[in-house]
Order: sequence, then C-alpha cells, then structure tokens
Amino acid sequence: MSKQKRDAFSGLLNWLENGDDALSDQMQDTLSDDERAANVPLKKASAKKRKKKNADARRKKNENETAASWTDRWWYKLLAAALCVSLIALLLFAALRLPKFGGAETLIDSDLTRFYVEHTKVETGAMNIVTGIILDYRGFDTLGESHVLFIALCGVLLLLSIYGEKDEKLRLLADARDRNFEPKNDLILQCAARILTPIVFVFGVYIILNGHLSPGGGFSGGAVLGAGLILYQNAFGYKKIQRFFTYKTFRAVSVCALLFYSLAKGYHFFTGANHLESGIGTGTPGDILSGGLLLPLNIAVGCVVACTMYGLYTMFRKGEF
Amino acid sequence: MEILNVILLLFIIACSIAVALNKNLLSSVIIFMAQGLAVSVVWMLLQSPDLAITEAAVGAGVSSILLFAALKKIDAIRKKEEKAHEQTKA
Repeated sequence: MSKQKRDAFSGLLNWLENGDDALSDQMQDTLSDDERAANVPLKKASAKKRKKKNADARRKKNENETAASWTDRWWYKLLAAALCVSLIALLLFAALRLPKFGGAETLIDSDLTRFYVEHTKVETGAMNIVTGIILDYRGFDTLGESHVLFIALCGVLLLLSIYGEKDEKLRLLADARDRNFEPKNDLILQCAARILTPIVFVFGVYIILNGHLSPGGGFSGGAVLGAGLILYQNAFGYKKIQRFFTYKTFRAVSVCALLFYSLAKGYHFFTGANHLESGIGTGTPGDILSGGLLLPLNIAVGCVVACTMYGLYTMFRKGEF
Repeated sequence: MEILNVILLLFIIACSIAVALNKNLLSSVIIFMAQGLAVSVVWMLLQSPDLAITEAAVGAGVSSILLFAALKKIDAIRKKEEKAHEQTKA
C-alpha cells in the first residue's frame, strides 16, 4: 500500500478517535459540537499535522457559521417548505395520472406486451416471462446492472480495503475497532443463525436455480444468498467464514461469473443482438434443465450479486474478508 | 384486501415521515427497515413476488445493515456504558 493511503487512513482513524463528538450526538447542534471537536487536542498527530488539522477545523467552523447564518434567515425556511410542498404536489399529480392498476385500457394491451406474452415462452423456453425478458431480450441491461454493482464494489475496495497491508499496526487497529463493536459469540444470535442460515442459503439457491420457472431469478436469489452470508459472518465471526469464503474465493467467483456473462452477452451482441442464440436448446418449458442459456446466466448473476453484497458488508465492517 | 392495502400504505407514509424527522440515527435506520418490509408486502399484494423477494432481501436486510455499518464507522453507535463513562470523565 502506498504511504499516502496509509497516511489518509491513519488520519481518519485519528479523527474518529479524537474528534468524533461532532457525530456522536446524533448530529444535532452541529455548530457547538464542531467547536468542541476543534478544541480537543489531537494526541497522536505530530505538531505539523495538528497545526494543519486545526486550520482545517477552523475553516470548517467558518464554513459552518456562514451556513448557519444562511439557514437562519426566515425566507430560507419558507423557500425550503415551499419547495418540499411543490415537489410533493408534483409527485401526487403524476401518481394520479398513472393508469389504473389492472384496468382494461392500460399498457397491458400494447403491441410490445402482446409480443412478449405470446413469444417469450416459445423463443426462450422460460415459464417465468420476466426472467425470459430481462435475461434474453433485455439481457444487455442486466449485464450493465451487474457491472455497475461490481464497479461500485471496486470503488469501496479501493477506499476501505486493508487487504495485503504490510503495516501490522494498522491491521491490529482495525481488528481492535472491529472487536470493540461486534460482540463475540452472542448466544441469541448464534442460536438463531444456526437455524436460519441453512434455510436462507437453500432458499437463495432455489430462487436462482428456479429463476426461469418461478418468480425470482439471479438478482433476488443473489441478494438472499448475500444476506445469508452476512448473517453467518455476524454470528460466527471471520474465522468460521474463512473456511469457505475468503478474498480469493470472492475474486475468483465474481470475476469468472462476470466474464462468463460478458462473453455470452458479447457474443450475442456481436451476432445481431436479436435474442440470445446458443448451442443449448430451449428444452421443454417447465423442466429445470430448459431455457437454454437462462439457467447459467441466472447462476452467474446470482454469484456476482451474492459476492457483491457480502463484499460491501465486510469492507464497511473491517476492510478485510 | 382493500383495508390491508390502505393500512400498509398509511404505515409506509408514517414510516417515511418518521425516518426524516427522527433525531436518533439508529432508530431512523430501524424504522427504515420496517418500511422496507411493508413495501415488500405491498409488492406481494401487487402480484409481483420477485420484486417482493428482492425488496425484503435488499431493502429491509442488506441496505439497513450497510447503514448500520456506516453508522459504526462514524461512531454514531456507541455502547451505553461507554457514553456514561465519558460523561463522568468530562
């Protein structure tokens, strides 16, 4: 890790340890708290750093003061209230003009809808038309969604990860901060998790594998799986989950799944973007092994989403898998 | 069914107002969680079970857990004893 990043990180920790009064009291009365934070002596920072930090705090205070004088004006509050009310009115007006749910003259009767309803089952072999549409006709959108999720995770990894950190002190500090907040071996949580985790995992896998037959699909199943992983990690800690899910697993699974999806979809885009042709036949609609590429794509999306959910959580919690 | 719909929608509106007006960040997140659950039931009543599953997992589960983790990172959640200890020290 670069020195710059380490400096930024330790500066952040310093700030958290010393100047956190501003945020601790539920952010009310920010001005006085900020003043208090500026007056708290910074223990570990060097004199130079302290000088710079004090200057920063003073600047922040000044900004806050100008902001306070701004927000204290009566017309500011009036304008804010007026803006809020007009936005609510606009939204309500728009909601009133929506077609009635389940009405006869709604969008249900458009050409596109009729096409999808008539052709999806035959062309893609999916009993669940929604999955057929989002992974086949509109597969490119879903590809973009998965990539957006992955890119968001990459940003979080760049900012918060301490993986491969050489500085032992930083690791110990992160560990101590983590242990400070998370209770080890919480009995109620562990008992609940012992019963719930298998059910959650099986339900998630069921949603993914059955995505082309019943409601659900890659994204919902992946989210359920990710939530199950988070529950397991919360109850039993890092040691237990590292037996089957480490940074290496995460990297391999999410990259392979995204690569497979991109290759399948890129091939499809290259050959005319009509709808997803594959060597695999559509099979009989209703079988578990039907729907051509839909099942593998569902599995790929599910893997990416589950890994992303869990990765986001661990990054926010400690910065390490 | 109509009554259940109305009750749920009123609950969602009340929750969203409470989230905005609550001074305590922790209870705000918990109310947000309750609102996510109610929204997922509404999706179910609107006959879209796939959205209901996603909303229950993401809206009520993962996003609020991420908010909790963020609150922890900025030290907005603290143990009661710790706070009391600090107050006596100050």
